[in-house]
Amino acid sequence: MSVQNQKLDMLSLLKESGLAALIAAALALPLAGFKTFDVNGTLTAETRFNWVLVAAVVVFFGRMAISIGQKTFFPSMGQAAGGAAGSIGDVINQNRTLLLCLLLAAVIIFPFTPMANRHSLDLAVYVLIYVMLGWGLNIVVGLAGLLDLGYVAFYAVGAYSYALLATTYDLSFWICLPLAGIFAASFGIILGFPVLRLRGDYLAIVTLGFGEIIRVVLLNWYEFTGGPDGISSIPKPTFFGLAEFSRSGSDGLPPFHELFGIEYSSLHKFMFFYFLILALALVTNLFTLRIRKLPVGRAWEALREDETACRSLGINPTNTKLSAFAIGAMFAGFAGSFFATRQGFISPESFTFIESAIILAIVVLGGMGSQVGVVLASIVLVLGPEIFRELAEYRMLAFGGLMVLVMVWKPKGLMSKRNPTVLMHNDTNAKQGAAK
Amino acid sequence: MEYFTQQLINGVTLGSIYGLIAIGYTMVYGIIGMINFAHGEIYMIGAFVSMITFLVLTLVGGIWLPLALLAALIMAMLFTSIWGWTVERMAYRPLRGSFRLAPLISAIGMSIFLQNLVQVLQGARVKPLQPLISGGFEIMEKDGFTVTISYLQIFIIVLTIVLMTIFTLLINKTSLGRAQRATEQDRTMAALIGVNVDRTISTTFVMGAALAAVAGLMVTLYYGVIDFYIGFLAGMKAFTAAVLGGIGSIPGAMLGGLLIGLIEAFWSGYFTIEYKDVAAFSILVLVLIFRPTGLLGKPEIEKV
Repeated sequence: MSVQNQKLDMLSLLKESGLAALIAAALALPLAGFKTFDVNGTLTAETRFNWVLVAAVVVFFGRMAISIGQKTFFPSMGQAAGGAAGSIGDVINQNRTLLLCLLLAAVIIFPFTPMANRHSLDLAVYVLIYVMLGWGLNIVVGLAGLLDLGYVAFYAVGAYSYALLATTYDLSFWICLPLAGIFAASFGIILGFPVLRLRGDYLAIVTLGFGEIIRVVLLNWYEFTGGPDGISSIPKPTFFGLAEFSRSGSDGLPPFHELFGIEYSSLHKFMFFYFLILALALVTNLFTLRIRKLPVGRAWEALREDETACRSLGINPTNTKLSAFAIGAMFAGFAGSFFATRQGFISPESFTFIESAIILAIVVLGGMGSQVGVVLASIVLVLGPEIFRELAEYRMLAFGGLMVLVMVWKPKGLMSKRNPTVLMHNDTNAKQGAAK
Repeated sequence: MEYFTQQLINGVTLGSIYGLIAIGYTMVYGIIGMINFAHGEIYMIGAFVSMITFLVLTLVGGIWLPLALLAALIMAMLFTSIWGWTVERMAYRPLRGSFRLAPLISAIGMSIFLQNLVQVLQGARVKPLQPLISGGFEIMEKDGFTVTISYLQIFIIVLTIVLMTIFTLLINKTSLGRAQRATEQDRTMAALIGVNVDRTISTTFVMGAALAAVAGLMVTLYYGVIDFYIGFLAGMKAFTAAVLGGIGSIPGAMLGGLLIGLIEAFWSGYFTIEYKDVAAFSILVLVLIFRPTGLLGKPEIEKV
């Protein structure tokens, strides 16, 4: 009986895998089976059927492995893994404050450790920009539940407003930073006012369209934005208007190392950038944590959970959404002006849809609404591709595949925590426990 | 007047292509209520499959042109449908019944994946193809400006009309179409009365992909250059068309596609060509603000 069963299993397994391999071969046949290339302006093709064969074989055994894995190991393994994750999660939750403090201390000490060099600081700054953008978008997507696919547009507004203000009017970074935030927030309001009445999916598409419009305008408005050439030689920030980060100083400002009477090091500039973006990101985070406890933050979360109920409770959905949208845009504007000053050069190339997709992926993979999840996801999504830079071609391929896989495997994100901050019957369990 | 007529012809041609892609969006939205973000990429794959078919046909020796077109059409529809089916099976079906944004995000991931897959397999450079159909009729001439309608434009418009007729009959008269409409109205109820819901949804994706493949074939012939990135913009515009016509409504998608094509042609004809994409998106925003249900869409009733 059992032998027969196994045989049947084997047969169906082979059939399943064979079918999968067949489909894979059919998928690969036109796209991988022929290689097209230019010969003096005329296109020709040559066959490459071995690739099709490889695809089919890989899928055949892959499918088989997955099936066998699911049948024999997965039920027990899944439980074990779940249990382990649960206990780790508990430990993390119990010592949450302690762990976060340790993490913060590590992040602050990092630039003073021997590990800090130009390269590692640059990478850290790069990751922190995305952490900040992720936290900013988290207000819009995670808290208010509005899907914004054009977040990079506000980032671009911030970057360009700093670049233009600084190069045309010689304004300092510290004046431009709030201005860039205000500009980005105004754009958020202008865009949000007409479209925030729409349902979620439509909002996604309109914001996507807006992101494209901004990019096209930046690309074509040559006199104002420099078009595809972008804006170069954007000034670096000063040390709060007190000192400068060059060896000799300029514009009447003393150099940084002389002001503090320390040895000159080219690292100082990078350390300053690091602390600047760290501070900006932490401000974003603190702001989010605090505003969740204010009425407007509560209203965002309530709106995300049930819009109809909110309306009947007298919350104005449009204004509430608008505030989330504008605040999210403002943080993108801050991040944008930081980006502009760090790079020293911006062009529309930096603000494509793919950037929006990456930021959204960070928020979603991190588990919408989870602040720690955003950090983890930025490290994975930004640092990962950066490390595998040599495989540049396959970077985005893996990125897209990963996005699908994580969604299918854990639709709620890696740190799936999306609890409203307040619940109406939060103490029901406690009461029941007491009654027993 | 002559210039106007010329832009009209160009616009209708372009609109036919957008309309064919828009049907895929509108059907999928109607049946499972998600924006199939990867649909533009499916269209791009259709364009690549037809290009490769033409290349292979020229490699094995010249072949009678109508036969070559037919072969490319069948190949593109067949292989692209398989891609469409696989995308639904891998990326969307496991997420059915998950929270609202999950399939949309999975679709964005799929779109990035497919784009880069084609880039890795076929290279990032644009692929130029020699024009296969050339020549056309001169309709009128005045002050040295000739209005022409090329054979290719006639081919595109006629093929679109034929396909849309077949498609409308398929939806309205066959049991498959009935199953689709039933699933669209109420998935649970349709399952209870014996409709295989999963299969019906898969068929919807396959049909949408097949139509997108035809659009891909047309674009390959019409512009003669394709690359791995064409899906994004075309997909956006086709989605705009679907929304403009009223998402969920198939005649609406055709109408919307036609309108978007016309708007784009006239905009590039009379204003600046750089901002033609901005024009299409602005229309999307305006439609959504003033008529969120689109031209032919039904108002959505929110049940509490």
